[in-house]
Amino acid sequence: MSIPRIIGAGLIVIGVGVGIGRIGGSAMDAIARQPEATNKIQTAMLIAAALIEGIGFAALFATQEVVASTPE
Amino acid sequence: MRLKNFAKALILTILTSPVFAASPSSDHSDSDHNKELHTEHHGEERAETAADRSEFIQHHLQDAHNFVVWDAMHWVIPMPVILIDDGLHMFSSARFGHHEHDTVESKGKHYKKHEGIVYRSDSSGKLIKTDGHHVKPLDLSITKNVMMIIITGLLMLLLFRSLGKSYAKNGGISKGVGRFMEPIVLYIRDEIAIPNIGEKKYRKYLPFLLTIFFFIWFLNLFGLTPLGVNVTGNIAVTAALAVLVFLLTNLTGTKDYWKHIFDPLGDAMPWIAKFWLYLILWPIEILGIFIKPFSLLIRLYANMLAGHTVLMSLIALMYVSATWSWLGDPLALILSFAISLIELLVALLQAYIFTMLAALYFGFASEEHEHHEEAHSH
Repeated sequence: MSIPRIIGAGLIVIGVGVGIGRIGGSAMDAIARQPEATNKIQTAMLIAAALIEGIGFAALFATQEVVASTPE
Repeated sequence: MRLKNFAKALILTILTSPVFAASPSSDHSDSDHNKELHTEHHGEERAETAADRSEFIQHHLQDAHNFVVWDAMHWVIPMPVILIDDGLHMFSSARFGHHEHDTVESKGKHYKKHEGIVYRSDSSGKLIKTDGHHVKPLDLSITKNVMMIIITGLLMLLLFRSLGKSYAKNGGISKGVGRFMEPIVLYIRDEIAIPNIGEKKYRKYLPFLLTIFFFIWFLNLFGLTPLGVNVTGNIAVTAALAVLVFLLTNLTGTKDYWKHIFDPLGDAMPWIAKFWLYLILWPIEILGIFIKPFSLLIRLYANMLAGHTVLMSLIALMYVSATWSWLGDPLALILSFAISLIELLVALLQAYIFTMLAALYFGFASEEHEHHEEAHSH
């Protein structure tokens, strides 16, 4: 566990948080404006959030050390 | 009305959560045993260092050769170990011993486990090395994860077959557990399959979507039980699911789907101009074919693994310090309960997202040209 990895993970979480937060906020606005379109907005929101999440997780994995478990 | 039914189903699911949230108690006993095991080995009073805790969490996230129902009571179900190593070797996982330190002899060859992986060894238990590498036989064992997949498959087969029969008997009216399942099935058909794939072709994909939704959801829920299974948090399992989606998308792809990938501009441009654009576009489009299922794989795997890790870490709060246990124990209980509730939602949400995105990809694959305008207009 090295410091750069932790900082990298933190940066990723900030980025993903901003991204998903904006999607969620915009969806809230849209639902408030057009409550009758709630279903469609929610679906689109979840898809967009899932795409960001996927990239975020892929990046988080890249920050982690992969230690192969081999006997000495 | 449909949404109301779905909401009812959701509330019922959340109400059943205390059952799943009960998991910390048994994990507690697991780690008690782990502590005991460590004391045995090191002869220390409290060997619970940070490294021990992280090893304990790692161990719980991994697949295993035997099924530990209740570690403290030594309720361990041994399962068959199947190895292919110049012929078939089959023996019970109990022969590795309770602490999995024993050497097993099978057809003149010896095997020993190291951190959950079976290696070839000599009769004294020393691992054999050839060309500087340890010899690892092909392991096709019925492990804990394989067992849970089989159990879930049988459960789904029994559940949905009997549901189908009861529908036929009652003239299309749901009964019993069908009243719980019907709104979910209808939701997947009406809110996931039809809007994404289209009225014309959704029937072809619906069985797969339903199967994959319930498979992932049930396995996610099993992951929250005290049994401590982590099937959907295993990259091999999610990779297999993603490969199925990949194959289905590309094998059922229409002419328009492939045209979209290799010739999206069509007649809009002379070929000499298109060629230079395509030099950039083709690699991106071809990568896109693989990235779509890959993101499905990573998302499910990472979500479930992260959820389990957080849960286990919170439970491990109990072992951080003996003097602070008056704070650590209640904190572990309250936080792991709260996270269990969130995980219950995540279990459903991840199954939904996986199904949703699979349907979206199938929609791309099955699009016909006249549907094209319609798909873009909403």
